[in-house]
Amino acid sequence: MDTIFALATAQGRAGVAVVRVSGPDARLAVERMTGALPDHGRSLRPVRGPDGSLIDNALILTFEKGRSFTGEQVAELHLHGSTAIVAVVLRFLGEIPGLRQAEAGEFTRRALENGCLDLAQVEGLADLIDAETEAQRQQAVRVFSGALGDLAERWRAALIRSAALIEATIDFADEDVPVDVSPEVSALLTAVRVEMAQEAEGVRIAERIREGFEVAIVGPPNVGKSTLLNRLAGRDAAITSEFAGTTRDIIEVRMVLDGLPVTVLDTAGLRQADDQVEQIGIERGTARSLAADLRIHMIDPGGHPTLEEKEGDIVVQSKVDIGASDGVGISGLTGQGVDGLVSRISTTLRERTARVGVAMRERHRMAMLGAIRDIDAAIRMMPNAVEQADVLAENLRSAIRSVDSLVGRVDVEDILGEIFSSFCIGK
Amino acid sequence: MKHREQDVIVIGGGHAGCEAAHAAARTGVRVALVTLDQKGIGAMSCNPAIGGLGKGHLVREIDALDGVMGRVADYAGIQFRLLNRKKGPAVQGPRAQADRARYRHAMQKEIYNCPGLEIVLGEAVDLNIVDGRVCGIVMADGSKLHSKAVVLTTGTFLRGVIHIGDASHPGGRMGERPSVRMAERLDGFGLPLSRLKTGTPPRLDGRSIDWSGLEMQPGDDDPTLFSFRSTTPMARQISCGITHTNDKTHEIIRQNLGRSAMYGGHIEGVGPRYCPSIEDKVVRFADKMSHQVFLEPEGLNDHTIYPNGISTSLPRDVQEDYVRSISGLENAIILQPGYAIEYDFVDPRALTPALALRDVPGLFLAGQINGTTGYEEAAAQGLVAGLNAARLSQELEPVHFSRTTSYIGVMIDDLVTKGVSEPYRMFTSRAEFRLSLRADNADQRLTSLGRDLGLVHDTRWELFSTKAEALELARLRLGRYSFSARELAGQGININPDKERRTGLEALSLSDSTFDQIASLAPELADISTDIREQLKRDALYATYVERQNRDIASLRKDEADVIPSDFVYSGIPGLSTELQLKLNRTRPATLGHAARIDGMTPSALLLISARLKRKQVARPA
Repeated sequence: MDTIFALATAQGRAGVAVVRVSGPDARLAVERMTGALPDHGRSLRPVRGPDGSLIDNALILTFEKGRSFTGEQVAELHLHGSTAIVAVVLRFLGEIPGLRQAEAGEFTRRALENGCLDLAQVEGLADLIDAETEAQRQQAVRVFSGALGDLAERWRAALIRSAALIEATIDFADEDVPVDVSPEVSALLTAVRVEMAQEAEGVRIAERIREGFEVAIVGPPNVGKSTLLNRLAGRDAAITSEFAGTTRDIIEVRMVLDGLPVTVLDTAGLRQADDQVEQIGIERGTARSLAADLRIHMIDPGGHPTLEEKEGDIVVQSKVDIGASDGVGISGLTGQGVDGLVSRISTTLRERTARVGVAMRERHRMAMLGAIRDIDAAIRMMPNAVEQADVLAENLRSAIRSVDSLVGRVDVEDILGEIFSSFCIGK
Repeated sequence: MKHREQDVIVIGGGHAGCEAAHAAARTGVRVALVTLDQKGIGAMSCNPAIGGLGKGHLVREIDALDGVMGRVADYAGIQFRLLNRKKGPAVQGPRAQADRARYRHAMQKEIYNCPGLEIVLGEAVDLNIVDGRVCGIVMADGSKLHSKAVVLTTGTFLRGVIHIGDASHPGGRMGERPSVRMAERLDGFGLPLSRLKTGTPPRLDGRSIDWSGLEMQPGDDDPTLFSFRSTTPMARQISCGITHTNDKTHEIIRQNLGRSAMYGGHIEGVGPRYCPSIEDKVVRFADKMSHQVFLEPEGLNDHTIYPNGISTSLPRDVQEDYVRSISGLENAIILQPGYAIEYDFVDPRALTPALALRDVPGLFLAGQINGTTGYEEAAAQGLVAGLNAARLSQELEPVHFSRTTSYIGVMIDDLVTKGVSEPYRMFTSRAEFRLSLRADNADQRLTSLGRDLGLVHDTRWELFSTKAEALELARLRLGRYSFSARELAGQGININPDKERRTGLEALSLSDSTFDQIASLAPELADISTDIREQLKRDALYATYVERQNRDIASLRKDEADVIPSDFVYSGIPGLSTELQLKLNRTRPATLGHAARIDGMTPSALLLISARLKRKQVARPA
């Protein structure tokens, strides 16, 4: 087993740079530069080069095997963040026999291998590192801290219990086991299904948090959509001109609105265009707008939304710098009412994020939907639980496998163990 | 005594030994069956019953491969019951109470009359090893038998110790001596040995039982037999009695726990998670007021009753007390006390999926010696070991049974991959493809394979071929019909009349549809026989599930196709934990699929192994 090392913090100048070493020779390797170190603790040490010259004074953290991120022996040098210092230290480490540069993600892989993290936590960690917004961070922390694993454990336990009860009626039909296990099984299955459905719905929202919500600005030509977009984005992303028909296609600007990652779409003004290119642009824009999470319908004074209004959509009258409005009015030019609009957008989207659960990825959602399908099939069979015990059991097994794919593994032995601890089997 | 040169020697005449010897002989090689006692061939050590849930499936599979257990059980069967009759066919298990004497008689007849099979009386005390290969055995009288392969099926005889209360004596079975020297030889190989325990209840004199107040359980009116070749029971049918333990029984047992061999600490062997002994039941499920006891007659001309459910290792006097506290047994006479037996077994992870010992070429192990419990489990292993020993002697590749196609495969895969921590007993829940591996389709799954391997002889083959053709033809005919949902609903089938049309096969797959209903719509099909109708219905019922399972099976087969070379080095794969390395080295999985089933295997570890495998494959010169 190699001992690996790498710069753990971002490249470039910074106050602190952390170099992490993980593996059986981690401490010994670092001691070559620092002198004796404790098995598990923190020390302040001079860091010396091969010729004995001083490189830096650094905080050294040592972790003993089993009590570190990777599960192996780990030593970390918290150096002053100069690229020169970091370079020297990495070169020194690279020349020690038995040590090598870590590959991308290798520390995490070792953590996974040593059972310090489960698969979902690894994904959560990746997302945590990628998190750009507060909502993304909160989400990632929830997953990284193992919340998904805990949830999956609970579901698994309930499903195994259900499976065990059904299996007991199958494999021990000629022994003293209760024949009617339906009430307990039905109760367990219903409870799991309800929770899972909630979580699955939450995933869609969570995906949005990771990828960003889509908000489309729609309305007739020249109503001020591009102006609004520019104001929201704080720069001239869209081309604004006074003439109708400027925005040909769809302009997307990724931004952070009130802590939420949002992609705002500026679409071509909706009208019957003579220009074929413009017409295509309009059709594309319409399709994309309808698929977005939220639409802002901009109207002229006295006008009406030209696109279908969906639940949560916001209608605003534009150009109130020129004329007043009796509804929500904004001016992209002066900024009047824009803060209020942003606030409304963020409230609407946040309400949806409140329903976010713990699972974050599409694969989690697919696994849960699969499990729900199987559980529904099982619930439908409960009135015939005796006659259809075999296919009922099969559906339960399939559901368990899906839940399983969220984090871990389940074995027939678990089901048998559950049976034997509950029933006295011994013919 | 001079014996001829053999191809295969089978040591032990129990359930595993008989199937092993018979199977090897069927493939055409010369076989010797070595046993301590001729009368012991076909003996049932414990419960005089064959089959059950999971176990019944194994018997059907043995029969599908032309093995003997099914036929013999049918001849000896005095009460047949199909368990789970009201549930779906996938979980139905045939079971029979057997007349001990008839069973023994029939088995001995099969063995004596088997062409190519010779019986050798005596004790095999050692293996003859030359250049690291087993090439025969050494008998107690010093004579040597030569062969190319040896199958060891010593059951509970290896350092067997019998316990009754605090009295113990060496024994393989009550009244028979254990094999100590062979155990020492196995020790010498450095094989991982552990101890297990199993128990048996006292035998009672049926004439001293008051049957008048007891519930009786008759066999099925329409008995389901084991063998695909059997048609009706051949012995007189009887009923079993049912009684229960009570407070008084439990009190007696509780007061004397310290005198029980198991609870008194005299036995080190591990027992199963379930409760084989009445002591276990009383201790583990203290608030259960009574436990069922099945009073099973051991034979038509035998007064002995086997009380199923009260296995024990309590001293004789306590056994008398607690037996007499049971309703109906107030004056029961104990003919033979119950006892516990402790014995050595070999960790089956030392075996290949062919049941060959990896470290000792030419030696195969089968039966209870591998940590299983039950006649059926032993017999199925015997068949596999005998088959592969025969093939080894002919320098043919071994045959591995897959868990995707048989319970035999499930059992062997469980044994050699996971090992055992308690006596291994088959349950249907062990098979993840239970819906495809049904007792009714064992012949469809295995008989052709058996024919290719030389196991299935003409009588069975002709019977099967006729049935297979009829089934295929009927399927085709049924498939040509198409019915509207309305027509089907009109027959009383539970289906939305507005839905789409169904073919005949699809219609049959609806859970409450019957062949008769469909035949009403298509009178031309009325000539299809009852047997075929029933089989078609069963197959159709599970068709969608089988399809779904086939996807899982395909991915399992893919993993099973990823062969790991026998010299694959696990140490030195970066990222592979020491613990997993140890397990991998001990089990030496043959395929990636096999590796995936090792306890504690993680997805990332599998990825690492797979990546290394691919690298090796690429590096191999063209």
